[in-house]
Order: sequence, then C-alpha cells, then structure tokens
Amino acid sequence: MIALLARDLKLSVRAGGGALIGVLFFMTVVAVIPFGVGPDLNLLARIGPAILWIGALLASLLGLDRLFQAEREDGSLDLLLMQETPLVLTVFVKCIAHWLATGLPLVIAAPLLGLFMNMDETAIAATTLTLLAGTPAITFIGAAGAAIAVALPRGGLLVSILVLPLAIPVLIFGVSAVYAAIQEPAPFLPPFLILVALNLLFAVIGPVAAAAALRLSSD
Amino acid sequence: MRLVAEGLSATRGEDLIFQDISFEIAGGEALVVKGPNGSGKSTLLRVLAGLLPAESGTAKLLAAPHPVERLGEACHYLGHRNAMKRELTVDENLAFWKDFFGDFPGDAGVDVDEAVESVGLGGIAHLPFGYLSAGQQRRMAMAKLLVAWRPVWILDEPTAALDVAAETMFAGLVMAHLGRGGIAIAATHQPLGLDGVKELRMTGFAGVAETVW
Repeated sequence: MIALLARDLKLSVRAGGGALIGVLFFMTVVAVIPFGVGPDLNLLARIGPAILWIGALLASLLGLDRLFQAEREDGSLDLLLMQETPLVLTVFVKCIAHWLATGLPLVIAAPLLGLFMNMDETAIAATTLTLLAGTPAITFIGAAGAAIAVALPRGGLLVSILVLPLAIPVLIFGVSAVYAAIQEPAPFLPPFLILVALNLLFAVIGPVAAAAALRLSSD
Repeated sequence: MRLVAEGLSATRGEDLIFQDISFEIAGGEALVVKGPNGSGKSTLLRVLAGLLPAESGTAKLLAAPHPVERLGEACHYLGHRNAMKRELTVDENLAFWKDFFGDFPGDAGVDVDEAVESVGLGGIAHLPFGYLSAGQQRRMAMAKLLVAWRPVWILDEPTAALDVAAETMFAGLVMAHLGRGGIAIAATHQPLGLDGVKELRMTGFAGVAETVW
C-alpha cells in the first residue's frame, strides 16, 4: 500500500501529473476577486473566508476525474481490481495520495491568499485549519463520483455535478466555523467538530461507494 | 493444482457471447484459446480473471497451495493494455507492481533487474516507460509477470507487436512458468511456439444470439 501511495505521489509531480493545476486555479480565482469586487478592504475581509473556501472547493474538484480514469486507460485498473487486497483499501490509499498531491497544497497556499483578501491573523488561521479538516472530505466523496464516471470519456464536469451537492455541507460548516472564530458570540468548536465528523463520515462512505462503482464499471 | 471451468457463459448487454464453455487444466499445462475476431476470446479471459461477471457457470482453482476466494487473486492478467505508467521509469513501474502484487504462496517472483534481463532488455530499465517502442513496452509488460509469483497466467494476445525473436523468448518464459507447475491460458491468432498444449476453439455467436434467446 505504501508502494501505491509513493507511486501516485510520484506520478502527480511528473509531467502531466497535474498536482499544481489545482493550486494554480485556486490562486487565479482568489487573485481576481479583489479586482472584481473593488478596493473596499472591509468588504474583502468580510467575504474573504467564503471566497477562499469556494476557491478551494472548486480547485479540489478539478483533478478528481483523472483519479481512476488514468488507471483505466493504461489497464492498471484491471490489475488493481484483481488483487486480494480489499479494493476499498486501495481506493482509500489513492484518495490519501490524491489529497496529499492536490489538497494539501491548497491548504498551504491559503494563508498567502488570505493576505490578498485583507483577512486578519485569526481569520487566516481559522480558514487554514478548516481547509485542513475539510478538503480530505471533498476528495473522499469525490472518489465516489470519479469511480461512477470512470468509463465516460468526458466525465470531468459530470464528476463535479455529482459531487457538488454532497460537498455543500462541508462548505457550509467550513465557512461557518471560520465566521464563528472571527465573530465574537458564536462558538468555533461546534461547527468545526461537525466538519471533522463529516470528514470521517466521507472517509468511510466515499471509498466503499467508489469500490462498488469500480466493480460494476468493468467491461 | 487444477483450474476447472464449468458451463461458463457470458453476455455483453443483451448479446450472448459464448455459452457452456468447460475445461480443466492441471498445473504445468497450457490452454490456447483460438477463434476468429469477435468469437469471445477476450471476454472469456476477462471472465476468468474476474473482471466481467459470468452469466452462468463457475471457474475455480482446486487444490491450490493457498485457498482463493476469487480466481483472479491467483492470476496474472496481461491484457491489450500494458498497465504501466508512461511517466515513470521501467524500474519504478516494475518495483511498484512487485511490491503491490506480493507473491502468491507457493513460490516467489524474481527481482526487477532479473526480470528485465529475462525479457532481453537489460540496460534500458532506467528510461521512462513512455520512451520505449511498442514492442519494448510489451516486453516490459511481460517482465511484470515475472516479478511476482502467480500460479495462473491469463494472456490476451500476448505477442501482439512483437518480433519473431521476442515471440520465441516469450514462449520460453511461458514454458519456464509451466515448468514451475504454473498454468497458462492464452488467447492468440499466432502460433505461440508452445508444444503439448490444449486447445479451445471458440466459434462465437455473432448473429445467432436471437435464435438462442
């Protein structure tokens, strides 16, 4: 399993791997917001956490369709399916590798982009922390979408459409946890813990659903 | 060890591809599946590997050194596609598969360098897989069969894109595998140069499916 993790990480940084595509997209989206909204610093600070979260959500959906499609195209998926190793575990490890390659860079880039949005230290710290807790959930549930669309040649948009409704709770609790951290009366912990719980829930459901979809999609 | 298939049939969508295929192969034997295009050779092999559900019938590995739940766990499958990543070097590809496959109980695979030597391509394993020619890629995919032990080899058109010398080399690999008590099932149009093998002739149902229903 470590071998699979290492291989997927290696692939993501080699030519055509696309590890940085997501983070570049994230930067592009966030960087153009101040130009569109105008130089109202208070407004930017207020919408900053939401913009960062939306940007990160869309960026994490970007590379998801290749998660299993690339394996299918070169025939590796057949061999992954045949092994004694439970497919759920294989899918889980692939999700972890995908998150390390595409999700973690988003979390690391978030503090820098927070500065673009005139956010203060608390807001930047809270956004980074919630993204760290929330983006794995998007990858896990995205894996199920990617597995359903694995046989479709232009499945990318379909994956986003399938996954987006399921990712909305993650977005809601992520953003509300950040606002709870910067606005006094609301407590930070309850929405944050729900976010963590969603993450754990999707970490179980996502790989199981993806494994079932992959078994059915073989041809 | 015996591989026994009983009454296998498979459909694609509504069409019946083949029906009531039964055979038995013992360790050290090979089965060559022959037949015209579209007669269901690849489908049969994918059913055996567990990649397609059988409409009816079963395929089992009996008296194996380690009981298997699904036949696929005891098989190497060499399909039309090589299952190697173009971006990684041959070494990285083979080392990954060796590690990921693990050895089936009963025997052990050779190490990566030795496998590359066995397919006659020693010295180019440091290159990215995508740089190799079609024939070299195919040979490296065959090296994948050697790095981890599986008693059953399922080979779909194994010698496509190979020159004559490489075909002989591959026949040697299969004979060595049979010599270790393994089983090989190959679908092919070309003679593989193997002696003493069983043959299964697929006739195909193309166009007859309606009368069957």
